[in-house]
Amino acid sequence: MARFNETNLATAHEIIARYPRPKSALIPLLHLAQEQDGYVTDEAMRQIADLVGVTPAEVIGTGSFYEMFRFEPTGRYLINICGTMSCALLGASDLLHAAERTLGIHAGGTTADGMFTLHQAECQAACTEAPCLQVNYRYRFRMTPDGVEQLIDDLRAGRLDDEIPPHGTLARVRQHIPADRGVGAVDPDAVDGPPAWIPVTVEGAGS
Amino acid sequence: MSETTENVDTVEITVNGRAVMARKGEMVIAATDRAGEHIPRFCYHPRMSPVGMCRQCLVEIDTGRGPMLQPSCMVPVAPGMVVDTESPTTKRAQEGILELLLANHPLDCPVCDKGGECPLQDQAFSHGPGESRYVEEKRHYEKPIDISALVKLDRERCILCDRCTRFADEVAGDALIHFVERGNATQVMTYPDEPFSSHFSGNTVQICPVGALTATPYRFKARPWDLEQADSTCTTCSVGCRTSVHSSRDRVLRFQGVDDDNVNWGWLCDRGRFNFESIHAESRLADPLIRTAEGLVATDWSSAMSITADLVRSALERSGPSSIAILGGARGTNEDAWAWAALADALGVTRRDAQLDDGLPVGVLGFERATIEDAARAATVVLLGPDLKEELPILHLRLRHAAVEGRTRILEFSPTGSGLTKHAWRSVRTPVGAAAATVAATLADAEVAAQLGSGPVVIVAGRHDLASSGDQVMAAVQAVLRAVPTATVLPALRRGNVVGALNAGCRPDGAGNDARSILVDAAEGRIEVLFLLGADPLADVPDADLARRALQGARRVVSLDGHGCASTMVAADVVLPAAVMAEKSGTTTNLEGRVSTVSHKVTVHGTARPDWMVAVELALALGHDLGVGSLEDITGRLASGGAALGAIWAPSIAVGEPVTVESVAPSGYDYRLVVSRVLYDGAVSTSNSASLAPLTAGPGVSMHPLDMERLGVVDGDVVTVTAGRGGVELPVCADDRLDRGVVWVPFGQGGGDPRELISGGAVTDVSIARVS
Repeated sequence: MARFNETNLATAHEIIARYPRPKSALIPLLHLAQEQDGYVTDEAMRQIADLVGVTPAEVIGTGSFYEMFRFEPTGRYLINICGTMSCALLGASDLLHAAERTLGIHAGGTTADGMFTLHQAECQAACTEAPCLQVNYRYRFRMTPDGVEQLIDDLRAGRLDDEIPPHGTLARVRQHIPADRGVGAVDPDAVDGPPAWIPVTVEGAGS
Repeated sequence: MSETTENVDTVEITVNGRAVMARKGEMVIAATDRAGEHIPRFCYHPRMSPVGMCRQCLVEIDTGRGPMLQPSCMVPVAPGMVVDTESPTTKRAQEGILELLLANHPLDCPVCDKGGECPLQDQAFSHGPGESRYVEEKRHYEKPIDISALVKLDRERCILCDRCTRFADEVAGDALIHFVERGNATQVMTYPDEPFSSHFSGNTVQICPVGALTATPYRFKARPWDLEQADSTCTTCSVGCRTSVHSSRDRVLRFQGVDDDNVNWGWLCDRGRFNFESIHAESRLADPLIRTAEGLVATDWSSAMSITADLVRSALERSGPSSIAILGGARGTNEDAWAWAALADALGVTRRDAQLDDGLPVGVLGFERATIEDAARAATVVLLGPDLKEELPILHLRLRHAAVEGRTRILEFSPTGSGLTKHAWRSVRTPVGAAAATVAATLADAEVAAQLGSGPVVIVAGRHDLASSGDQVMAAVQAVLRAVPTATVLPALRRGNVVGALNAGCRPDGAGNDARSILVDAAEGRIEVLFLLGADPLADVPDADLARRALQGARRVVSLDGHGCASTMVAADVVLPAAVMAEKSGTTTNLEGRVSTVSHKVTVHGTARPDWMVAVELALALGHDLGVGSLEDITGRLASGGAALGAIWAPSIAVGEPVTVESVAPSGYDYRLVVSRVLYDGAVSTSNSASLAPLTAGPGVSMHPLDMERLGVVDGDVVTVTAGRGGVELPVCADDRLDRGVVWVPFGQGGGDPRELISGGAVTDVSIARVS
C-alpha cells in the first residue's frame, strides 16, 4: 500500500512530464500519495524523492509545511469541527462532544475501523453559518449535536458516498492533459523567446 | 571573493556619511563589511547565497525614496545609495529583532557549548535591547537529538537562520536536513531514519550562529575562552585546507576551518575536522623500541639512534647505498622530507619514494601545473581522477560549486562514477585498462572538441583504481594533452604532503627506484635497511602479498612512526617515535604546490621527535653534516629553493616518457576489479579517532544488478571474489552505476581485503562465486 501502485505510478510519471523540472511535481505527487493511502506514508515520500530527484528530507520538509497533507494513518472521513469564535459561541463544543461520544474517540484520534478521524479545527471561513464542520473538506453548516450523529450514521452507512469521496481524493475524474497541449519539458534556461504561455502575437511580449 | 578590485566595476555608495566603493552586484552587507562598518547578522554567510531569514541586518537604506529599513544582506548596492547602520530607527529595528529571536531562545548560555563564541550572545550584548518584554514560557523540545553520528541538534536553541540547511543543500549537495513543519513548530530535521551523514556535516556546527548544532567530539570539552588557537594547515589529504587548531591544557580539542580564497573557503571535511582525536590516541608511540627476542622493547633515543647508525653503516659497507631504501615522508612537513632527502643524498641513497605504489608516477608533477582556482575557473575540467568527494573532499566542493554555478563544465572519465557525476557535463564510463583509448575516442567527438576549445582546460589526474596500474592514468593524461596541448594538470595525489615530499626530494630518481621496485627488491632480499617514514606498506600498498614479503625480506626495517601502525608493530627492528601534526612546526605543500604553515600547538607525546631532527642526527652519527641545526635553517633552505609561504612551489620534475598502455582484454576471469578509497577507511588518523573509526562502512563488493541476477545473489549475500592468487569473501550489494562486468570494492574497510587480489598487473580480473 505504501508505495504508488501501478496505476498511480503511471500517473506520477505523467504528472512529472508536465513540468520543465521534475522537482516541480513534488506537491502534486504528495496529493497523489495521499489520495492512494489517505495519508502520505514514509515509503511514498522516499519514492517521490527518487522520482523527482530530491532527498526525502526535502520531501517531508515541503509536505509538512502544508496543513492538509497528513503523515499519520487517517480515516476514510476526516471530520474537522471548527472551534473558533463564532462556532464556539454557537455550540461547537457540543458538536465535538457529540462526535466524540458517537465515534468513541477523542479529538485527534482515528476509529479502530479506520473510518473516521476527528479533529478540532481553527476557523473554516464560514462564520455566518456557524457552527460548522467539514467532512473531507466538504462543509456542513449550522450543525447540531443530533445532526452530527445523523451525519456519522449516514457516512458509516455509505449514504453520502456520492457526495463525499474518501479522504485524499482531489477529484473523482482526473484531468489528463494531452501531450500536445502541454508546454512540455522545456528547460527554462534554454528558452530564448518570451514565456511559452504568452502568444507571440502579443505586441512587445518578451522585450 | 577573490577577484581583484581593478577588474570589477565599482559602485559608490555612502555608508554612515562616508563614501565607500562597493563592487557592482554585491550586497550592502558585504560592502559595509569591507568598509569596516559592522552590521549584526545571523543568516548571512559570505560563501552562501543570501536568504534574508533572520532580519537582524535591517538597516536604513535610502535609494532616493527616503530612508527605509531593509535587510542589508538582500539589497544589492546601487549608485548613490545612502546606508545608515547606526540611526535610531536602525537601532530600534535591530533591538526589536533580537528581542523576538530571544523570545524562544533559552538563556542557557552557562551550559551551552557555544557560550563565549556565540554570535547570538555577542550580538545580544552589542545590538540587543538589554531586557525582554516576553514573560511567556519558551518553546521546549527534546534535548539534543543526534542528527548524525557526529552532530547533535538542540532545537530549542535554533533561530531558524537556514545556514545549516542552506549549507547542506547549496554547498555540500547533501540536502539531508531541511525545515519541517511551519510557523511556531518549524524546526530543522532529517528524514526519519536517514541521518545527516554528509562528509561535510561538521561545517554546519562551525557556521551555526547559536548553540543548536554541536559536534559530538567537542561537546563539553572546553570553554571558548580557555582555548588557545593557532592557524595551521590540515594534512589529512593533499588539498591543504587552512585550519585553526584549538587546544586547551595541552590537548588539541578541535579544528575549525579558516577561510582561504585559494583553497578551502572556510570549509573542512569531517575526516579532516575530527581526526584531531588521533593526536592523543592510545596507540601513540612514546619511546623508541628495539626488536629483541621478547618482541619490541622500549629503549632510549641514544641507543636507538646508534643502533640505526650501525645498521646503515654496515649496510653501506656490505652492499652499498643501493641496499638502503626510504619509503614514505608524505605524512610529514616539507622540512622533514628535505632533511631525509638530504640525508639520503649524503649517503648516496637513490631509492626513495613518498608514495606507496598507490599514487601516480612522479612525472605527473612535471606537467604544466594548475591550481585549484584554475580548475574552478576553467571552461572545462577533465576528471581522470579519484572520486574527489571521497579522497579530496574540499576539492570536490570547489569543483561542484564551479559546475553548479555554470562556470565550468566537467568531463568525467571514471569506471564507476563519482560524487561529481550528477554535476558532470559528460560522464564517460571508462573501461578499466582502456582509459587512454576511451579518452581519445571521446575527445574526437565534435561537441566535446568544441567544448574543450571554448576556454581553459584543467585535467584533474589521480589514481582512482588501486587494482590497475597508475600508468593507465598517465596514458589518459597524455591522451588529453595530445588533444589539448594547452591543458594544465592538477595532480590529485592523496596523502597530506605528498607533493611537498616529492618536491623536496623524497622521490624516485629514475626508473627502478620507485616504491614497487623497492618492495620487490626487499622481497627478494636485496634491501639491507628499509626506512619507513610514517609509511605503512602492510596497510597501504595495493599488493598486500608484495608488502608482506618485502617487510619479511628486508634485512632490517627502521620505522619512524607516530602511531604504531601495522608495519611498525609487525616488522620494524627499530621504531623511532615521531611527532605528528600539531606537535611540530614547519611547512606543507598541497597538491597545487602551494606552501603553507603547520603549527606546533601541543607538547609532543612522550619522547617523540620530528622527522627532520632524526634525519639530521642520524646524518651526524654517520659523519655527515647536513648544515642545518634548526627548523628555521631548513625552512630557509627550502625558501631559497622557491618554497616561499603562500607561493606555488614546483621544482622541475621530468615528465615521464609517453606511456602507451595496451588495452587489456578480459581474461578468463569474469569481472574486472576496481578498488578505490572512500572517506573513512583504515587510515591511521581515521582509525585512531574514536569518533571516526565507527564510520567505516565495512567491507563489501558492488556489482551491477543484472550481474547479481546472473550469479543468483541478492543484496547482503556473501560471495567469494577470487583472483589468480587468492580469494576473499565479501557481502555483495547492487549498484546500477557500474558497467556490467565491473565490480567495485572499497579500500581499507576491514574484513575481506581486496588487496589480497591485487598483484600489480595492469588490471585485476576476478571471478565471483556464490557462497552456498
